[in-house]
Amino acid sequence: MSGLLSVNGVNKRFRGLAAVSDVSFEVQPGEIFAVIGPNGAGKTTLFNMIAGAMVADSGTIHFDGRPIDGLRADEIAQRGIGRTFQIVKPFPALSVEENVVIGALLHTATIDEARMVARDILQQLDLSAKRNQIAASLTLPDRKRLEVARALATKPKLLLLDEVMAGLRPTETDRIVAILKDLNRTGLTILLIEHVMRAVTALASRILVLQHGAVIAEGTPETVLRERAVIESYLGVEEL
Amino acid sequence: MTALWNEIPRHGKWLTALLLLVFIAAPLVVDRYLLSVLVLVLYFAYLGQAWNLLMGFAGQLSLGHALYLGLGAYTATTLWLLFGIGPWIGVFVAIAVAAAAGLIVGWLGWRFGVEGVYFALLTIAFAEFTRIGFDHLGLTGASGGLFLPVSPTAHDWWNLNGGVHLFYYVALILAIAATLLAAWLRQSPLGYRWLAVREDPEAAQAVGINVFRVRMIAMLISAGMTAVGGVFYGFYYRNLFPSQIFDISRSIELILGPIIGGLGTIFGPIVGAIILTPVGESLTTFMQSSGLNVPGAKSIFYGIILMIIISLRPSGVWPWLAKHLRLDRPKS
Repeated sequence: MSGLLSVNGVNKRFRGLAAVSDVSFEVQPGEIFAVIGPNGAGKTTLFNMIAGAMVADSGTIHFDGRPIDGLRADEIAQRGIGRTFQIVKPFPALSVEENVVIGALLHTATIDEARMVARDILQQLDLSAKRNQIAASLTLPDRKRLEVARALATKPKLLLLDEVMAGLRPTETDRIVAILKDLNRTGLTILLIEHVMRAVTALASRILVLQHGAVIAEGTPETVLRERAVIESYLGVEEL
Repeated sequence: MTALWNEIPRHGKWLTALLLLVFIAAPLVVDRYLLSVLVLVLYFAYLGQAWNLLMGFAGQLSLGHALYLGLGAYTATTLWLLFGIGPWIGVFVAIAVAAAAGLIVGWLGWRFGVEGVYFALLTIAFAEFTRIGFDHLGLTGASGGLFLPVSPTAHDWWNLNGGVHLFYYVALILAIAATLLAAWLRQSPLGYRWLAVREDPEAAQAVGINVFRVRMIAMLISAGMTAVGGVFYGFYYRNLFPSQIFDISRSIELILGPIIGGLGTIFGPIVGAIILTPVGESLTTFMQSSGLNVPGAKSIFYGIILMIIISLRPSGVWPWLAKHLRLDRPKS
């Protein structure tokens, strides 16, 4: 169990439905790990259990050598896991900068300090020019980047990205891919759930494929994407 | 605090200074009746600030702030009557009692996921229970009321006993202090966390904010501040009846100012109180002089005026006013 994040035999049932069954995997420090799978495969449920938004029925989740299953979402954020939401959740009435300042307050003592951190991150994510705009007025691609910026401001060791590319145009996707690559180069470990294969293949060092809540394949993109089960269950449909 | 002052544009500083000067000098100019109206303006500005911290900043609707008002009033007056403990000391006990009550309400609501409208109902329920309890509490005179001795000529500031001038300046200091506190909190890390929790609790949690704790702090401060308003009420009116102080109309009247003025703004509660109190008072005068003084008629007219203001300025008068006076925050 040397991984930064290790998920062991995690299960989650919603009444009769097994949303996630016996899923185990490890994310190594410094890597970009992708979880893919068709709609309803249990990706977001898995993600929510890691982030503390849901509690697993059984199984354990360790982060940085310590168990985190059962902790509240804010405690998990404090441990060093940042997350985005599939359906973006900006603080709508606040400015772009204020949104990120709030993230930065997790590890800063004063607003001035938090504002400096926020400005750096907004710069990194090409949002500096819009920092005084109200978050509700942003376009979807900008909101997605704001999600990433706010999560980054908490200085996470592991960043969980829930479909940040969904609904973006290819040029926008490439822009986020480039930003994530840069962040990864500075040492940030990333776990992403993604439908956009263009982004997955460009980013991921390893891929986990879920179907009906269970793992059907795991490995490097080259091997996983050639596997018959994966092509049948997922790529064959999605690549249309 | 100095940074906050520096952020206000130059003409805004002049306007603030002018407003302060008007309020400080008012007792020299206006008659007793008008001064008593101004006391109410300041009293509602103060309570509006207290309530606005919880609703405007932390996003939690309380329709039962009469609970903290009443507990504050009864605690301090009872301590004075029974044990001779003056209001300046009693106020701290009053704050503690009301804050404890606030924590119970907040804990019961937020620990068990009672949110939004249901939380608001819970706050009403607690105010009502307490009203019924005090109706039967012999120690404080039960439903017959509690009375402090009245001596119009007294100038006893230590026991908060005196004419309208004394209470005017106490109310002025309270309103100024509450406004400064609100402005300071708004710019503090806590203030930012309140806004985050108000805007989206789930997203706030994802950036490491303990939503429950942050709401509890808002409740603690808001209830404590409201209790101070209650102490003021008790010693100003010098009579307390559970059916009045704990009534839902007390809760409603103190939230109208910040709603009309602008929720979540620093000057909204002040502007709201400045608009609403004189409207209410002049309606009373108008009703009496025009012979329309049938029961309930005043409430109808007051309601119509409120509806007109809210439909014209749904996000409050202050944001609109600030824009026209060019006082909204400069975008650097």
